[in-house]
Amino acid sequence: MSKLKRSPWIIHYDGSSCNGCDIEVLASLTPLYDAERFGVINTGNPKHADIFLVTGGINAQNESVVRQIYEQMPKPKVVVAVGICAYNGGIFKDCYNILGGVDKVIPVDIYVPGCAARPQAIIDGIIQATELLEQKQMEYERTEKHQKKGSDNT
Amino acid sequence: MSTRSVVPFGPQHPVLPEPIHLDLVLEDETVVEAIPSIGFIHRGLEKLVEQRDFQDYVYVAERICGICSFMHGMGYCESVEHIMDIEVPDRAKYLRTIWCEFSRLHSHLLWLGLLADAFGFESLFMHSWRLREKILDMFEISTGGRLIFSVNKVGGVRKDMDSDMLHQFETTLVDMEKDMRELTKTFLNDYSVKTRLKGIGILSKQEAFDLGAAGPFMRASGIALDNRKLGYAAYGNLDFEPIISNECDCYARCYVRTQELFQSVDLIRQAIAKIPAGEISAPVKGFPKGEYFMRVEQPRGEGLYYVKGNGTKFLDRVRVRTPTFANLPAMLKTLKGAQLADVPILILTIDPCISCTER
Repeated sequence: MSKLKRSPWIIHYDGSSCNGCDIEVLASLTPLYDAERFGVINTGNPKHADIFLVTGGINAQNESVVRQIYEQMPKPKVVVAVGICAYNGGIFKDCYNILGGVDKVIPVDIYVPGCAARPQAIIDGIIQATELLEQKQMEYERTEKHQKKGSDNT
Repeated sequence: MSTRSVVPFGPQHPVLPEPIHLDLVLEDETVVEAIPSIGFIHRGLEKLVEQRDFQDYVYVAERICGICSFMHGMGYCESVEHIMDIEVPDRAKYLRTIWCEFSRLHSHLLWLGLLADAFGFESLFMHSWRLREKILDMFEISTGGRLIFSVNKVGGVRKDMDSDMLHQFETTLVDMEKDMRELTKTFLNDYSVKTRLKGIGILSKQEAFDLGAAGPFMRASGIALDNRKLGYAAYGNLDFEPIISNECDCYARCYVRTQELFQSVDLIRQAIAKIPAGEISAPVKGFPKGEYFMRVEQPRGEGLYYVKGNGTKFLDRVRVRTPTFANLPAMLKTLKGAQLADVPILILTIDPCISCTER
């Protein structure tokens, strides 16, 4: 793992999971697993968040909520789908109200396996997300600069 | 009259890990009315019973909720066993009881942590969840899973606990009890905790009865009803009394849950002392035909299972009524007239489990 330069904040939303992954997400922030030692902190406000943790699949009711939270987050942002349900609906795949995984609605960068996902796996996902965020930040700055230069010339 | 305004609460809210949406109608800072809208986690898993073998459906039943997953699995299995007249071995019944009480311990510690978080006592939240990890470790040793165990099956259980393991659990529980006493002391005696909980969200005994509240929320209003007294699993052979409080406020609900922690430890101890040797599962032959209602006491209150079989390997219908659903009307009652700042605590004191409610 390379040295982390920033301290990204995470936001968590429960799609239509069974609660298992949600409490594991919370458990990974508590003293035994302590994801906060990597500088991440849990926030309730999408406008402060850099990493979006989604658990559970997408259904008709929460589709717009997930999209709204994603759109409210400032760029650059990383989406982590936690658990098998967030990948394709998992055991509930055949249920009539499940449309599928999170990637039906928003682009997902990292998938965390498990049912329920273990805290170690979730922390691994968060760390990969912080590295990806760093890359995205660099890319974002480059394109921003480029665009600014272009607008100065005209 | 002051002007009314509507404040949306949820579905994504920092105080709850799960989505519930409430429209709070406010007059100044006071809540006049709370209008809930639910359905954010509806999956439709009751319908899935038509596509899954009745023995495989246990895995789906366990995933109704990740917190009381063991009790959901057990409730479903016991209903099917009743229909099929399967005599579950005594050892399996005791093992189920032990796992049930572990579930209660972990659920209540989780709730206490969330409550501490709701009134901004961060270190107390961390302490509750640190204790909870010890329970999860015991689950992992005995079943292999932290939250979803898949250890129940129709006819019994899949895994046994040997005497070394049971002895080890007993010693861990002695240590835990000490820590839990410390934790309880803070929850019940701390000045700042008391000011946030005492006299908030009064639900009288009559109201609790009329609105059909369930579980610790009801027992905190002075109604001594506990489904474990029905004697499912091995509860019939264990000695305990329902814990009640007559104060009817948030503090009383906190009191009831803290005392139930020690009750659970006591029940586990009794079960370990009485557990007989023998088989852990009975063979299953044929397919279920008939119907059965089953009531179990979950950490949050009464869970009701209805199972109807038609003589094939697919069941006709499974219906679950969960405690949070029963508690919602009473919760809306306590919200009326409350201050906006107390709303998160009031919602938390019913210990809402939205994924149970919406399935």
